[in-house]
Amino acid sequence: MPLHPHHHTSAVKIEVRNLTKTYKNGDVITPVLKGIDLTVLEGEFIAIMGRSGAGKSTLMYQLSLLDEPTDGEIIVDGREVHTLSDREKELFRLHKFGYVFQDYALLPDLTALENVVIPLIMEHMDTAQAYAKALEALRKVGLEHRAGNLPSQLSGGEQQRASIARSIAERPEILFADEPTANLDSESSKNVMKIFEGLHKEGQTIIMVTHEEEYGKLAERIVRLDDGKIIS
Amino acid sequence: MFSPVNIRVGWYLAVRQLRRASRWTTGLIVFVMLLTFLNLVVVTGFMVGIVDGISNLYRAQQTGDVIISTPKDKNYIEHSADVLAFLKTLPQVAAMSPRYVAGGTLEANYQTRSDINQKANSTGANIFGVDPSTEDAFSHISGFVGEGSFLSPGDYDTAVVGSQLIDRYSFGGDIPGLTPLRNVRPGTKIRVTINGSTREVVVKGIIVTTANSPLATGVYMPAEEVRTLLGRDDYNVNQIAVRLKPGVNASDFANLLRRSGVAEQGVVQTFNEAIPSGVAEVRNTFEQMGNAISSVGLVVAAITIFIVIFINALTRRKFIGILKGIGIDGRAIELSYIFQSTMYALLGSAIGLAALYGFLVPYTAAHPIVLPISNAILVAPVPDTLLRVLLLVVATVVAGYIPARMIVKKNTLDSILGRN
Repeated sequence: MPLHPHHHTSAVKIEVRNLTKTYKNGDVITPVLKGIDLTVLEGEFIAIMGRSGAGKSTLMYQLSLLDEPTDGEIIVDGREVHTLSDREKELFRLHKFGYVFQDYALLPDLTALENVVIPLIMEHMDTAQAYAKALEALRKVGLEHRAGNLPSQLSGGEQQRASIARSIAERPEILFADEPTANLDSESSKNVMKIFEGLHKEGQTIIMVTHEEEYGKLAERIVRLDDGKIIS
Repeated sequence: MFSPVNIRVGWYLAVRQLRRASRWTTGLIVFVMLLTFLNLVVVTGFMVGIVDGISNLYRAQQTGDVIISTPKDKNYIEHSADVLAFLKTLPQVAAMSPRYVAGGTLEANYQTRSDINQKANSTGANIFGVDPSTEDAFSHISGFVGEGSFLSPGDYDTAVVGSQLIDRYSFGGDIPGLTPLRNVRPGTKIRVTINGSTREVVVKGIIVTTANSPLATGVYMPAEEVRTLLGRDDYNVNQIAVRLKPGVNASDFANLLRRSGVAEQGVVQTFNEAIPSGVAEVRNTFEQMGNAISSVGLVVAAITIFIVIFINALTRRKFIGILKGIGIDGRAIELSYIFQSTMYALLGSAIGLAALYGFLVPYTAAHPIVLPISNAILVAPVPDTLLRVLLLVVATVVAGYIPARMIVKKNTLDSILGRN
């Protein structure tokens, strides 16, 4: 199982070698990531930080297989994932990764509970089991009483908690969070970070992009980027 | 591909998206589907119904369900009295009308014709000798007499004339070569000539009905007078029209008559067998024209669904990207749009079917639309209608799938970030 009772072990979860990402727009070539080397251990909580345009989100998109690197290698659990087909990547994301986006990314036609249920059904879970598991995930983020509400009926903090519930319901091996507190007020941000701390204590591997020092410090390790390179 | 789990997820998304969509938007799309369905069924149905309306007029007013007529090599139905007596014993018969039938000429204004070289005011016509009460019970002809009145038992030297034989009603009034009678009204004297025998009669009434009604071109006189004009000294008639009780199969009844020897006296035909072959060809032509017009409506409906689904998918591009991002198969997302468009089509068709068979078909059957050439009804056989429902569903599925596919296959991250 991906969850562990303690903090990280020494097992390597993700290994990145000489990762580069370059965007082309006509004749204009913009290098965003310039040879990133990074190792993430199982159960580790990493904050990727840096100023705007440093390449934080781009790095996370490569690691989470939402984008394709221009060059370099990404190895997850010993498997070279950058060579997978689109469908294999889709399945990899479904089975192994969880995502928390800056703007919550909940489907507006589905209630909080249904938003959490959808990936579970995709995992071939029967309906009753999926609903039970989704409710359990909502309970974990303190949102079970809002399970039947549509996203439009939830506050920003509640929506982000629903988004976290969706990402952790199937106990992903790695949880990716892209600026999860950027759109939240101070209190909601603290609540979200408490949830991440709790998940980390349970052994969840977390990779979080943030520009807020206060929340970055809550991570076990900070990876700082500047101009597409890791500086510390 | 469209695996069971994709179907399950697609259905899950489609149902919730539809349930929580704007009721106005859903109502508008379903309304377009309803109109398309009705366009598919009703245009063709009415065009065929114009021809069937003509056929039904012949059935109701002339042939009945089964008609016994004069064999080609004879001048009348032999042993007509025996045939009529036999028919009266059959419980399937609701009504019947024996008729003397002859081609003849009518002439009007002959009393005021001063010049022998002046063209006579005459026209050809089918002349029916009938028993007034029996004929009226069979064809309800008195209900169509617009001027004057129908024949009564005991009338003598009288005739009721169809509107197409009178210039102020007839299409022929405007067509060179056709010569409907001028200045003829109830009370006008006309000459009726059959086989060289002429009789002067008074016009008692004028039948005012659609041009293609058999009553419109007929002249109805008391049976005894036509028999005399024909020079027939027996009572053998030329035509016996039989209307059957509801539920009796016309083919079975015609076969019964054939087995009973009636076919040896006259030609036994069901209504469908008696229809001239040209009518069936006109029907097919109208049906093809209706289908061609309807197919335009189908294309319009497909384009409507395409636009609706395209806009829907485009505005949800970010969410489609998120679904793909969290691992939902693109096929499941495409299926959700296919299910939605299918439901629009089925809902529109269901309302259309209810309106069609609950109201339009029975209403037009009871109250045909009166057109100059026919009393049109709406013809909508269930198998044909279901085929059109299938066509509509297939068209909307394709129209729903294409835009969904276009959006789903876009790059996942670009969709999430709203990049082009």
